[in-house]
Amino acid sequence: MNLHEYQAKELFARFGLPVTPGQVAATPEEARDVAASIGGTVVIKAQVQVGGRGKAGGVRLAHTPEDAFEKARDILALTIKGFPVRKVLVAQAAEIQKEYYLSIVIDRQRKLPLIILSSEGGVDIEEVARTHPDRILRQPIGMEGLRVYQARALMKHVFPNWPQVQQAADVLMKLYRVFTEGDCSLAEINPLAVTPEGKVLALDAKVSLDDNADFRHREWETWRDSGDETAAARLAREKGLSYVKLDGDIGCVVNGAGLAMATMDLIKYYGGEPANFLDIGGSSNPEKVTAALKIITTDSGRDASGRSRIRAILFNIFGGITRCDDVANGIVKSLRESPLEIPLVIRLTGTNEEKAREILKEFGLSATTKMDEAVQMVVARAQEVTV
Amino acid sequence: MSILIDKNTRLIVQGITGRDGAFHTEQMLKYGTRVVAGVTPGKGGETVHGVPVFDSVAEAMEATRANTSVIYVPAPFAADAIHEAADAGVSLIVCITEGVPVRDTLAAYHKVLALRGASNPLGRPRLVGPNCPGLITPGQSKVGILPGQIVKPGPVGVVSKSGTLTYEVVKQLSDRGLGQTTCLGVGGDPVIGTHFIDALTMFEADGKTEGIVLMGEIGGSDEEEAAQFIKRHLSKPVVAFVAGQTAPPGKRMGHAGAIISGGTGTAAEKIAAFEAAGVPVARIPSEIPELMAEQLERRRSRSRANSKNGSRNGNREMKRARGAAPGRTRRKKTSASRRGGKPARGTRR
Repeated sequence: MNLHEYQAKELFARFGLPVTPGQVAATPEEARDVAASIGGTVVIKAQVQVGGRGKAGGVRLAHTPEDAFEKARDILALTIKGFPVRKVLVAQAAEIQKEYYLSIVIDRQRKLPLIILSSEGGVDIEEVARTHPDRILRQPIGMEGLRVYQARALMKHVFPNWPQVQQAADVLMKLYRVFTEGDCSLAEINPLAVTPEGKVLALDAKVSLDDNADFRHREWETWRDSGDETAAARLAREKGLSYVKLDGDIGCVVNGAGLAMATMDLIKYYGGEPANFLDIGGSSNPEKVTAALKIITTDSGRDASGRSRIRAILFNIFGGITRCDDVANGIVKSLRESPLEIPLVIRLTGTNEEKAREILKEFGLSATTKMDEAVQMVVARAQEVTV
Repeated sequence: MSILIDKNTRLIVQGITGRDGAFHTEQMLKYGTRVVAGVTPGKGGETVHGVPVFDSVAEAMEATRANTSVIYVPAPFAADAIHEAADAGVSLIVCITEGVPVRDTLAAYHKVLALRGASNPLGRPRLVGPNCPGLITPGQSKVGILPGQIVKPGPVGVVSKSGTLTYEVVKQLSDRGLGQTTCLGVGGDPVIGTHFIDALTMFEADGKTEGIVLMGEIGGSDEEEAAQFIKRHLSKPVVAFVAGQTAPPGKRMGHAGAIISGGTGTAAEKIAAFEAAGVPVARIPSEIPELMAEQLERRRSRSRANSKNGSRNGNREMKRARGAAPGRTRRKKTSASRRGGKPARGTRR
């Protein structure tokens, strides 16, 4: 799960990181009230999880509460890179003398947390990596943890004077606690800013949480439920399905992540466009199948003439732990409840394949055994429908 | 022969009384795996499918002299199960569980590494997974959840990050008459105990493996490193496949590790890396068996030509094959015997 900036700053504040005072607002009125309580100049920032908010007009200064009302109103009306702005963060504005970059990620090769530090902050770090790779420091943190002397030594490479080095080292120590105790896969401050008075501040915050650790973080649930999740995404999460929406018109339901990716690739290879990634996982209760069909048929919506954007659906099941008959039962149950208006192609092989075929046959459906054949078939059916 | 597991594998099932643990214990027993013990804290003294259950891995080890364990423990406790197995002296630990927090895997990985010694990359103990289907040596032993009916003995080593995609390809290999030495699923998490490079090294050293199928996916850089490693160290042919060519950046594709982040980890980069290393890449899974068959045929005709042309060329070929990563394999042997005189397992028995 990726946090919004305001959520990440809440997390940062809990660990004592220097963030500017601020609060999230969902309406211009709320923004005005927050601005009044903070006093002075505030910055109003669109809470959408995409880069380039500033360029899109999603970050603006306001000098009075009334000004905050108007700016917030404008920003809340924006859609940035396809994401409608539902909330804004209203925070005390800070003057910036210099911007740095600081983050902690998992180094998959070394299998250790990795500090990434740069004197080039406030810009896209991947861009810095391309243009000035020499201006990025990478320092793994050993399993015994991070010591403050190590943090100071690292910060001394980039900060110009001792007071700033000490503040930045303190920021790093706290960010490391956020990262480990908070079960983050990314904790990023960009920019880590220095004010004209020499104060070091975390002016932006980006955090990705390791979803696998949610069992020990009850508080994550409140962050998740913030209205950003589509109905389909929520249903997928609740039913334990991995689902990613794409732009194509061929829906696919697959068991296993690798096979699901390979199925999408194969659809493309044979001239079609996959509408989604969907992994129903290892154990196949019929309910998951029903949910999968519902997600695919509803999430893409309809075109101007009222037709489903999805032109055909493919089931690709390789039975191992997943039992083909469970999947067949799920398909039949689901079609009984709500018949499909688009072609359905089924491929299944493996555990209880014969039983599955019988179940499908009784309902007037058939299934192929070969993956290539099934994909070619579904691509052809989708094209027929289109024409 | 095979890598990591064979008919001498003596297996402990951690989490044997759970739904998945019990089901797969039965499957493994049916396949012929020697499941000698199960572990579930508090259920010592029970039996599951005739297998005695112990309260701890240490007790199970003392009673049964097992050498391998497989973990079906729920995610919040799975990393602890790895620590327990490592501390009890299990030499191969296979963690099937999906959903282990990365922080927990890191600690367990480094525990295993510390027990092994950093200078001994292919020694024991070894962790496979988490979030993996395990491994199977056709006709000998199966540890994990790979379906036994799709494999058959033969010359191809298979290593993959995925589960069902592996089944798909293994079945196609078997149907094409290309059996397998060992099929190994290394897992789809961002942090895993055994990587492509480890598997490649073991397959290279395995006398029966003639060719290797490697199936990667988006995310991380294991495939790129494998490509470099193949170019430098492998004498046996490798055929590669990379899943996720149509995956959008920034989205996790089911596996926790399958994500294109910061523009890196794309399928295109990985495919390019393999091609630059001279490794044939299948565009679609169904091309894999044919590519492997061609590679094997080429290798066999080359060795036929060598034996006809007299001993000079033949010797050179053998030296090349034996010379791959020599330091690693040799070290493995010595330190395994130093650690309590246990015989090195698998290929070396």
